[in-house]
Amino acid sequence: MQPIRRAGGALDFDLTEEQQLFADTSRRFLADECDLSTIRKLAETDAGFTADWWRRAAGLGWISLLVDEDAGGLGLGDEGILYLGLVAEEMGRMVSPGPLLPCSLVAATLSRSGSDEQRSEALPALVSGEATASWCFAEGGNSWSADSVAMQAERVPVGYRLHGDKWPVEAAAEARHLLVTARCDGQLTQFLVPADTAGVAIEPLEGLDLVRRFARVRFDGVEVDESTVVGAPGGAADDVERQLQIGLAVSCAESAGAVARVFEFTLEWAFERYSFGRPLASYQALKHRFADMKTYLEGCHATASAALHAIAASSADSACLARVAKAFIGDFAPEIVQECVQMHGGIGVTWDHDIHLYLRRVTTNRAILGAPREHRLAIADLLKL
Amino acid sequence: METLEDFRQRSRAWLAGNMRRLPPDAEPWNAMRVDEGDAERAKALQRKLFQAGFAGLCFPKEYGGRGLPRVYQKAFTEESRPYEMPLLFNTPTLTIIAPTILDMGTEAQKRRHLPAMIRGDELWVQFMSEPSGGSDLAGVITSARFDGDNYLLNGSKIWSSYAYFSDYAICLARTDWDAVKHQGLTMFIVKIHQPGVTVNRIRQSDGNVEFCQEFFDDVPLAPEDVIGKVNDGWTVGQRLLFHERSATGGSSPYASGTAGRRIETIDDLVNLARAAGRLDDPRIRELLAEVYVLQTVQGQATDRIVAGIAAEALPATSGAMLRLFTGLNGLRRSDIALEIASSDAVAWDAGESDGATGKSYIFRQAWCLGGGSTEMQRNIISERVLGMPREPAADRGMPFKDVRRNAPGKEA
Repeated sequence: MQPIRRAGGALDFDLTEEQQLFADTSRRFLADECDLSTIRKLAETDAGFTADWWRRAAGLGWISLLVDEDAGGLGLGDEGILYLGLVAEEMGRMVSPGPLLPCSLVAATLSRSGSDEQRSEALPALVSGEATASWCFAEGGNSWSADSVAMQAERVPVGYRLHGDKWPVEAAAEARHLLVTARCDGQLTQFLVPADTAGVAIEPLEGLDLVRRFARVRFDGVEVDESTVVGAPGGAADDVERQLQIGLAVSCAESAGAVARVFEFTLEWAFERYSFGRPLASYQALKHRFADMKTYLEGCHATASAALHAIAASSADSACLARVAKAFIGDFAPEIVQECVQMHGGIGVTWDHDIHLYLRRVTTNRAILGAPREHRLAIADLLKL
Repeated sequence: METLEDFRQRSRAWLAGNMRRLPPDAEPWNAMRVDEGDAERAKALQRKLFQAGFAGLCFPKEYGGRGLPRVYQKAFTEESRPYEMPLLFNTPTLTIIAPTILDMGTEAQKRRHLPAMIRGDELWVQFMSEPSGGSDLAGVITSARFDGDNYLLNGSKIWSSYAYFSDYAICLARTDWDAVKHQGLTMFIVKIHQPGVTVNRIRQSDGNVEFCQEFFDDVPLAPEDVIGKVNDGWTVGQRLLFHERSATGGSSPYASGTAGRRIETIDDLVNLARAAGRLDDPRIRELLAEVYVLQTVQGQATDRIVAGIAAEALPATSGAMLRLFTGLNGLRRSDIALEIASSDAVAWDAGESDGATGKSYIFRQAWCLGGGSTEMQRNIISERVLGMPREPAADRGMPFKDVRRNAPGKEA
């Protein structure tokens, strides 16, 4: 007997022809250019990815999905996030490197709220993959909510002075631009700051994921002029919430893809591994655990997909559904992968086995953009309990 | 066909004008506390829906339904949420038994019974499990012996909800003891209230009385009341189990109103927290949100799996995952309710509370037992969704009369 093919399933069953083609292209690109042995080599590098590879990845349109046509994007409108979810799902399946999410979030906000200058200068380089960018939002610990933003943007004659630390910031060390969320007169304001601006110090952090890097970005009285403001001063709350929602949903899609892949190779292992003359797949004690994993994996797919679709439809409950997905997947993705480690036995806790690459990714995703508990508390507030 | 939006508008208007709006503090409908009065009320409401053309929306027109796609039923159910609905008709009558007869019954059976169910005349129950065992359904020992004219039913069934006030049952019985287990069974239609049928009520661990046990003493069943073929009752049973999984997992297109136990809101838990003065406690807020997350994902998983089965991207047995998800969520919800209620769940003022939270906790495992135990669902998922090897069975290929059964004195 053989395990059922692609038993991990996919985020959506009913892709359009365009979406299917796009997903296939992305999958082939990752399989051809960035298999797991390549990722192990990239783990030894500072950036975790190469600039040339990222340019070719961007060449597939990955960073143009949330960008308007007149700004060099594909002009998919809100539907673009469904495509972005497909890329993230494939990246999860391959534990791929590359700053997909930070670049996408910055590109989306520049397209939506950026000045003509920001749209015509910073954005095209992001879309083409020639440059990368990152979003400086959290200020350590569990500060992944707009309310937690404490960094001050003080008004000075030249414009604004930024003071404070942001971390963890994904792929900050390579970024040409940093989108910084701060408070100006108490109101959320975002700035697009060139990473080489005087007073910006980027300190790489060590991290769990083998190829996804984070840094602490210190702003030590950084002076920026009026032209760096993205959107209206004090009026960034909508953009920040949108960045959060997109980030949550896309991160969930990636984790769902990662868990699906782990489940597939663990299921194959259960059919191939024999003890006492019978395959692991024949033991009821283990079969039942696979049944639980499969059931919760379907839940992961369902809720990630629902979050993406809610955002694509500009649905009023997208704020809640993005957080529901993160709360659920944050809990269950690492748990399913740990359970799969257990199914592998001792080999599952060795460096040579690939499963820890996935465990590292989903554990990282669990924390980045907020842990389940924070999202549950946010949901209680959103429900006005 | 009327557009979905037009249908929704028309439903909304009709419901507002004709059905009773539930007060905001109404007790959630509880399948565990239903009596004859509720049955009469449900029949009257079902009749009302039928006369207005809102009953059996997804059943074919020739059998009393409306022949509409499931999205219409979903819209009607959403609109009906604030109103009193004949929820008693959903499970098992409309979601399990009617679709089984639709799939497997004779033309005469369909014409006789389906319209009667949809218009609120017949409430049905299942005579499936027996005191000798529940999970091994094909191992039933209630027998139906052909006497030349009729089949004579002898034995006992258990866990049938509401049998004492229901009209008909679908009953799995053994008709050939020389055949192997699955090949000697036949599915019958049984009129409940007739000589030879004794219905006893079972008191549950929470003190409530929902389930019944029946005893049969030479009850005559006519050959035209056989569903499917004689000795092919297992095929019918498989269909019935499929519909049961859909119903308990929340994916049945035939449920009208909020199906089964009402769990799609967390209002009752919020009220519990408010009553305990703990709604501002972050720990409690987190638990409330956890229930909300699990229920939301349960709904999303239901939509996904229903769509996946329809698109043949998932095997039809995938409904078992919903049944498992529902069961496990039920446990967590029960635990969280207990946590929120704290000591109020175990000692309460007679005038102020009925102690439902604590009692529900005592009955908690029913979430993972009713409608097929979660262990059986896990077998189905691993074997028939993931393709893992079947469990070995000691009775395979053996005449049923030679199969070993419960130790003497442990029959029930």
